[in-house]
Amino acid sequence: MSRLNEENLRIARQILSRYPKKKSALIPLLHLSQEQNGMVTNEAMEHIAELVEVTPAEVLGTCSFYEMFKRHPVGEYQINICHGISCHLLGAEDVLEHAEKSLGVKEGEITQDGKFSFEGVECIAACTEAPCLQVNYRYVNRVSSDEFDQLVTDLKNGQNTQIPKHGTLAKTRQNIQSEKLAGPAEVESASPPVWLQRNKEDQ
Amino acid sequence: MSIPLITTSRWNIEDGHTLEGYLRTGGYQGLRRALEMTPAQVHEEVKKASLLGRGGAGFPAGIKWGFLPPDVWPRYLVVNGDESEPGTYKDRLLIERDPHQLIEGCVITCFALGLSQCFLYVRGEMAHGQERIASALNEAYEHGYVGRNILGTELSVDVVLHWGAGAYIVGEETALIESLEGNRGMPRLKPPYFPASIGLYGKPTIVNNVETLSNIPWIVEHGGDAFAKIGAEQSTGTRIFAVSGHVRNPGVFEVEFGTTTFRDLIMGDQYAGGIRDGNTIKAFIPGGASAPWFFEEHLDTPLEKTTVDNEGSMLGSGAVVVMDETTDIVKACHNVVRFFSRESCGKCTPCREGTNWLEKILDRILNGYGRPEDIDLLLDVCDNISPGISWPPKQTTICPLGPSAVSPIASALKRYRSEFDAYITSNTDTPVTVNGGPA
Amino acid sequence: MTEIQQDSDLISVTIDGQEVKVKSGEVLIDACEEAGVDIPRFCYHKRMSQVGMCRMCIVEVDTGRGPSLQPSCMMDVSEGMVIDTQSEEIKKIQDGVLEFLLINHPLDCPVCDKGGECPLQDQTMAYGPGETRFVEEKRHFEKPIPINDNVYLDRERCILCDRCTRFADEVVGDPLIQFIDRGNSTQVNTFPEDPFASYFSGNIVQLCPVGALTAKPYRFKARPWDLEEIESTYPNPLGDRIVVQSSRDQVLRLQGLDSEAVNWGWLSDKDRFSFEAFQSEYRLDNPLVRGGGLNKADKSGTGLVASSWAGAMSIITESLNGADPDRVAVIGGARLTNESQYAWAKLAKGIIGTDHVSADLGDDLQPHVLLGLPRATISEACQPNNTIVLLTPDLKEEYGTLFIRLRDAAKNLGVKIIELSPMRTALSADAAVSLHPLPGEIGNVVQAITTGDIPREIGGISGEDLSLAHSHLKDTNVFVIVSRSSMGQSEEPIIEALTSLQEVDNCRFLPLVRRANTMGALDMGMAPGLLPGRNTLSSGSSVFSDIWPNLPTESGANTKQILQKAADGDIDTLFLLGADPLTDFPDKALAKAALERTNTIISVDLFVTPSVYESDVVLPAASFLEADGSHTNVEGRITPIRQKITPPGTARPDWMIAAEISHRLGHDLGVDTPEDIWEELGSRSAVHGDLDYRKLDHLPDGHLITATGRIPFIPAEERIETRPVDSYAMRLILGRRMFDQGTVTQMSPSLTQLAEKSELRINQYDFERLGIIEGAQVEVSSGGASISISVKVDNRVRRSSALIYSNLEGADPRELLIEGAHSIDIRIDPTVKESA
Repeated sequence: MSRLNEENLRIARQILSRYPKKKSALIPLLHLSQEQNGMVTNEAMEHIAELVEVTPAEVLGTCSFYEMFKRHPVGEYQINICHGISCHLLGAEDVLEHAEKSLGVKEGEITQDGKFSFEGVECIAACTEAPCLQVNYRYVNRVSSDEFDQLVTDLKNGQNTQIPKHGTLAKTRQNIQSEKLAGPAEVESASPPVWLQRNKEDQ
Repeated sequence: MSIPLITTSRWNIEDGHTLEGYLRTGGYQGLRRALEMTPAQVHEEVKKASLLGRGGAGFPAGIKWGFLPPDVWPRYLVVNGDESEPGTYKDRLLIERDPHQLIEGCVITCFALGLSQCFLYVRGEMAHGQERIASALNEAYEHGYVGRNILGTELSVDVVLHWGAGAYIVGEETALIESLEGNRGMPRLKPPYFPASIGLYGKPTIVNNVETLSNIPWIVEHGGDAFAKIGAEQSTGTRIFAVSGHVRNPGVFEVEFGTTTFRDLIMGDQYAGGIRDGNTIKAFIPGGASAPWFFEEHLDTPLEKTTVDNEGSMLGSGAVVVMDETTDIVKACHNVVRFFSRESCGKCTPCREGTNWLEKILDRILNGYGRPEDIDLLLDVCDNISPGISWPPKQTTICPLGPSAVSPIASALKRYRSEFDAYITSNTDTPVTVNGGPA
Repeated sequence: MTEIQQDSDLISVTIDGQEVKVKSGEVLIDACEEAGVDIPRFCYHKRMSQVGMCRMCIVEVDTGRGPSLQPSCMMDVSEGMVIDTQSEEIKKIQDGVLEFLLINHPLDCPVCDKGGECPLQDQTMAYGPGETRFVEEKRHFEKPIPINDNVYLDRERCILCDRCTRFADEVVGDPLIQFIDRGNSTQVNTFPEDPFASYFSGNIVQLCPVGALTAKPYRFKARPWDLEEIESTYPNPLGDRIVVQSSRDQVLRLQGLDSEAVNWGWLSDKDRFSFEAFQSEYRLDNPLVRGGGLNKADKSGTGLVASSWAGAMSIITESLNGADPDRVAVIGGARLTNESQYAWAKLAKGIIGTDHVSADLGDDLQPHVLLGLPRATISEACQPNNTIVLLTPDLKEEYGTLFIRLRDAAKNLGVKIIELSPMRTALSADAAVSLHPLPGEIGNVVQAITTGDIPREIGGISGEDLSLAHSHLKDTNVFVIVSRSSMGQSEEPIIEALTSLQEVDNCRFLPLVRRANTMGALDMGMAPGLLPGRNTLSSGSSVFSDIWPNLPTESGANTKQILQKAADGDIDTLFLLGADPLTDFPDKALAKAALERTNTIISVDLFVTPSVYESDVVLPAASFLEADGSHTNVEGRITPIRQKITPPGTARPDWMIAAEISHRLGHDLGVDTPEDIWEELGSRSAVHGDLDYRKLDHLPDGHLITATGRIPFIPAEERIETRPVDSYAMRLILGRRMFDQGTVTQMSPSLTQLAEKSELRINQYDFERLGIIEGAQVEVSSGGASISISVKVDNRVRRSSALIYSNLEGADPRELLIEGAHSIDIRIDPTVKESA
């Protein structure tokens, strides 16, 4: 079952309530689903289609546009090695080559224990820390071959507890208490916001 | 020179990202000040500041705000935090290290323009940044800086944190809106040229970059005039530049806008500290991967929008990537072209097919299968994407992504054509596989 | 009206150095085309939104701020604009785009269905470079994959123009095909295991500018240069315009013709692929007679045997010679062309002398409703800011292209739709107000809406919703589209509703009919009491009496009355003109009894239907592909039907059959060609007088009949009391599906598998309330009758009502109908029985 579980469904409803149009919640819900399952399955897309009231094909159309959504299994730790221009200038190709040797798999493949997969990715905005990488979107800066191996070992042995399993994007979520929520600005509401009306009268 | 740090003042404060740390260092004073003013007065201060957009295009924010059509409601604010331009690296730090400053900027902007809801679109890969801004938002809601009846006033506006999911093109503002609507992030047709008239859900929408909005609290607190006094006449305030590549001390620096030169930034000891290992500079990208490259003779150009435009490139997203003498120019060129090829959304034929073709030709050249005619072919394909290969580029496409792939090729060939020739002539007899036969 | 341009609507622009006048606000690419400058394009299509994706149509435009490159599909013309479509730069850009499109396009033109009619191929031939500079491996995808039962997708050929995906999403609201993946890897596809289940899927094949989308019925059948084509009309109630394409006397393809007035180039799949049925081996191609052995006519025989035309005719003349005209009747005729209808009306009324002639089958609106209300065209209704009241079932099922037009009106023209349908439909989401009154209650609901006299609740509709609907009737032009929405509801409540709507200022109507050319049948006098040209027997006899010598004096029987007479033994000879009362007439038992007691039944048809099977003489008729004539659509629009192929065997046009029978009865019908018929009719029909039959082919929107009031609408006199549904019962809705058990679907190999079996559909809520399991076989009863049927959840059906599609194979819901009842309440026995 890769439909959203009860807890995630509750979160999904909360997310949905923040947008004037349901489809806007599509990407956040895909993230939520990927967090639950480690990837985005067809069944999950069908469930999200129900929730945002579009067809599964529309969900797939959006989902497949964004590279963070994995529609095939990846390792528990997805290592994204930056090969943007700054990292390229400082040896990204060496890191990629080393990763292949060290993990014993090619780009896009998963290690036999299911723990690791890696790929070269475009700039991850840590250019002064080149060459850099992300494990499940957590940064590792100025990485050397030795550091790479150490990282893999630590993750394998459970000694690195900072990095959650693949799919978990942010450990802290936005959480708006209902009494603090201003409420979505409905597209049909055709009057200026109240503070503007008052100020107009003042002027 | 003693300019104040406007946007990065809390980067080195341990708890600058928390509400406590933010308040202790003067946070939310801009919002309090704004709430004592009328919305129109706040807008006026931003106009006076002549704040240029910090996303890439460098359009004056106050003027962009003025494009909102009167009496069309609701209006939305969309924060562009999808920073993905290679070499660019500032919005992430603003989000991670001073999230409340951004939130304050958003709330002030909504107040000033009557924007009923704000969506903070943060690049998906920035997990840490999202945690930081989510925590900050939760605190801000808790203490009444965001949400219903902000600071006890009639101002009620939500700031909704939205995650991206990995697509460079979404940094283009109409693609960002598409993405926020749950669609594929493909740029919309222009006109209308600005989402200010038809944006999110077809309603007037202001799309501003993270750094742009992070300037707002300071401007409102200290006044637009004070901001405009800093920097050059048309490039006011400070700007954040990320200097990376072959420099001694790569880093992200807030500098006075318009007066500082590339030499200061790259060679200056207080900034990047010069080329590594005592090497010489071969080329540098002055404003993100889309920008045509600069060379040594451009070092004394000031970081000023108009000047850089006139010299045939752009300040873009404030990303300076330095290449020293050891750089393989063909590989660097291939790297940047590959980026645009992979990030093309696929909408316009010339970009979808052309950038991929350019990548394939460069691949071939690098792999020793280059043919002498490939140089002309590269340039002609470039010409078919961006007619005339001029600057600013002409486009056969909706957005500038396709033409951006032309920049590195045109730049590299202009100065270092011999390096391409070297790859080609070293492999004269290599057969080229022809698939599919003649057209 | 719209065609005539006021001078003030014209502006001056300069195209390639020539100053020309173009329509203000027009899209540049269209303006250029009208000025004779053709700009190449792939993604632009004037019936869909602009996406500017292919970039082929880029031109240089100067609006006073210096020349700039602009896709001509994205820009409207403005005064003084200077356009260059021919400059060196533009040529180079267009060549460049073409080259880009070709680098990944396979060179399988010799085996591609599109080869020969392919814009990409044409452009390449015209401007292409001749040889490729792309030496790398082309993009590869698995070769054609089916995206539904009839459409194949070859992603390698696709140039990503967004036409098919846009059509699916924008035009018909079936976003089941999408762009998937990104950039150079972008492909069009469906969600896995979720086919492009659209009633309109064939349109994307027609739209595809390359050979990426192909339709199974046409794949590898012909090369475009072998095709001959003719513009014609599909005989459905809307009269969708089509292009019939054939090769070697075989129709291979029907394409939609872009008619501004009607179908905008679109067709439903049922119509598009139905040509298979008309050429199937099941077509009647020779006369049949009831026989007792090989080629031996025998009235007591049990089967139909082949006959000569002479043999068949002799049985007919035998039964008609000296017959009492009052004992002869004709049912049907809606399948026929206007010309054939005239010939048959003349034969029946003018020669044989019976007025028992009726094209209806008891399931349509009566002639006075169809002819008596001030009529509107589709385009008149679909004007900005109008309000359209829909008293119809789901238009998508039976009136596909009208559904498309209304969807467009609601989405793009600001037309407000007040939908009053028995259940949620494909238009509900776009309607300003979508209400679902209980069957039988429509009269009460509409009265509340029109008068504004709002009760707390009526017919299952809340006062609040009624008020909202009422508000949309104010200060606007109101158009009513009406049909017999459910056989489970009598006609009276609808007439009651129309009576109320008539009171609304300037309200105009578009009544829909169930069968192809019912409007023509009425205008040609194929209804009791009617003569051609909306003359009546009582007042118009003198117009025709000189050429219709035996005109009866008394008004005759409608179909229900004819069947009653026949069942009583009062009919000796019954003609069935493409009519199948056993399948279609609501009272199945009456139809059966009638056919059993009638001495001689003569069917003129294309296929063997259940009623044809019970006939004594069967005459094979030519279909719309095989005979010339014309068609009258629900608007009263006459358009040509043109012969493309020869009829099978000895089948012949219906009018010719009428002429033959007349001849054998000793009367010259006076018609040797369809033109003759118009000559005769035109001189006598005030309605048709201004129609020039020879010019019909050249009128893009056909000829519109605009006579109203000759046959007055008869308003409802009594009010039907509201009748709430009790908590043990469910109100019955009888709907119709596009793909059904009718001959066209069943005889078309491409369509037959799309027809479902009959099911009882109810809301999830009622499902749970009754404790039924989906798919279970339940007993449904009403009055004394009951049927066994399987159940399905369908949340489009409101609570306390139940839907059965009446035209599907399986349980026949006609058993549940009660004579004289305005609505039917059924009871469901939820005791689960073994599935049949």
